[in-house]
Amino acid sequence: MARPRGREAISATSISQSWQIQRRVIWALVLREILTRYGRHNIGFLWLFVEPMLFTLGVTAIWTALKAVHGSNLPIVAFALTGYSSVLLWRNMPSRCVMALETNLSLLYHRNVKPIDIFLSRLLLEAAGATISFVVLGIFFLAIGWLAPPEDVLKVIVGWLMLAWFGMALGTLLGAWSEQSEMVEKLWHPAAYLLFPLSGAAYLVDVLPRQAQDLVLLLPMVHGVEYVRDGYFGSQIVAHHDMAYMLLWNLGLTFCALALTARVTRTVVPR
Amino acid sequence: MIRLTDVCKSYPTRLGPMPVLDGVDLTVSRGEQVGILGRNGAGKSTLIRLISGAEAPDSGRIERSMSVSWPLAFGGAFQGSLTGLDNLRFICRIYGVNPAQTQDYVAEFSELGIYLHEPVKSYSSGMRARLAFAISMVIEFDCFLIDEVIAVGDHTFREKCRVELFGKRADRAKILVSHQPQYIREYCDRAYVLSGGKLESFDDLDEAFAFYNDAPPPALQAA
Repeated sequence: MARPRGREAISATSISQSWQIQRRVIWALVLREILTRYGRHNIGFLWLFVEPMLFTLGVTAIWTALKAVHGSNLPIVAFALTGYSSVLLWRNMPSRCVMALETNLSLLYHRNVKPIDIFLSRLLLEAAGATISFVVLGIFFLAIGWLAPPEDVLKVIVGWLMLAWFGMALGTLLGAWSEQSEMVEKLWHPAAYLLFPLSGAAYLVDVLPRQAQDLVLLLPMVHGVEYVRDGYFGSQIVAHHDMAYMLLWNLGLTFCALALTARVTRTVVPR
Repeated sequence: MIRLTDVCKSYPTRLGPMPVLDGVDLTVSRGEQVGILGRNGAGKSTLIRLISGAEAPDSGRIERSMSVSWPLAFGGAFQGSLTGLDNLRFICRIYGVNPAQTQDYVAEFSELGIYLHEPVKSYSSGMRARLAFAISMVIEFDCFLIDEVIAVGDHTFREKCRVELFGKRADRAKILVSHQPQYIREYCDRAYVLSGGKLESFDDLDEAFAFYNDAPPPALQAA
């Protein structure tokens, strides 16, 4: 039978070997997760982005029907696409990571599978789903003339990446933390629900009273959403964002997430 | 070679950290067949997890200069909604082995045949155990860790497992933990007894068995 590739089954591995092993493990976990979640029936892994697309389309339809007041002259489609997609991006990541270890403890019997790999595989899948949904819907609305092309594509990409980074750091942090305290799972659901209306998805910061602006701008994801909108239709709105502030948040969250994950990796017991 | 030096591991309990391993030393060379005896709760599975690298010790060193398997008796971390084949592919990918080369062997050895394409949750416990054993024979290691003796399947299947592991892979090191002395006697050159967090070494199997029979149960030692 086949021998494991290279010397990786042995404890001393170089950095490039470790990187190779980690990539392999994450890819295996991604495929396993896709099969587990979506199966091989009907449209299979296409659900990865069809599901967020349906969410976004539904919210777009509801907001259009209700003639939602968002305090600007922007077409509601453009508003819903940028807003709701960005919520899906950062909010689903923690939801997928919370309790992810608890249900996969037996995987840790395989020495090369570490908690961070379990988190990363889920985060990458979530990021891919939200991104494909955002891009496909953007192109679709563009093609049927409901949406103008982004004014500054680079800004849209940077804002999107910052939101993805925020979601990944928050997801890893809460995922690791949920292994230590069951409170995290209980509290994350109401927190996610309450953060949605505050997150900048359903309003433009500019229409809020001055004091409210200062408050919501404490939330890091608001800056990301505003930046994406600045990229999409910056000449028609006044966007409020401070990407340095968001960067600090992302760095801080990433540091805490990695520290807590390292701690959990030392204490977790495979089962 | 695998070398454990002064390895300690404790787990939190309501009364504070409870030491399970308290300064364990162990050296296993290539091709050696080592048995570790211990009562239920003595810390055998903990020791095996530490040797495999699935868990880290609180203190002490664990060096491995040969590849070490995952603990063989465990269920294989199967995802119930996936088919046996999907689970096989997953393990192969993790260890960098081409899944296509292994499929026929696993289908035949596990005696699952076409059921390999059915979800694992539909398997009986015997089918699962056969699949787990077949998959663990697909990845080759220098040292196999065997947690409790492979009491899977019927008599013929157990015999097949014995041939595969102790016949065809006689040259590989094995670390076998059990609470049953007869298995250790059958397969091992050297035996240890895990008792009170310490690993006692013996040159002679009979001495180990005598010591094991006199050792008090773990719960009483802790109290």
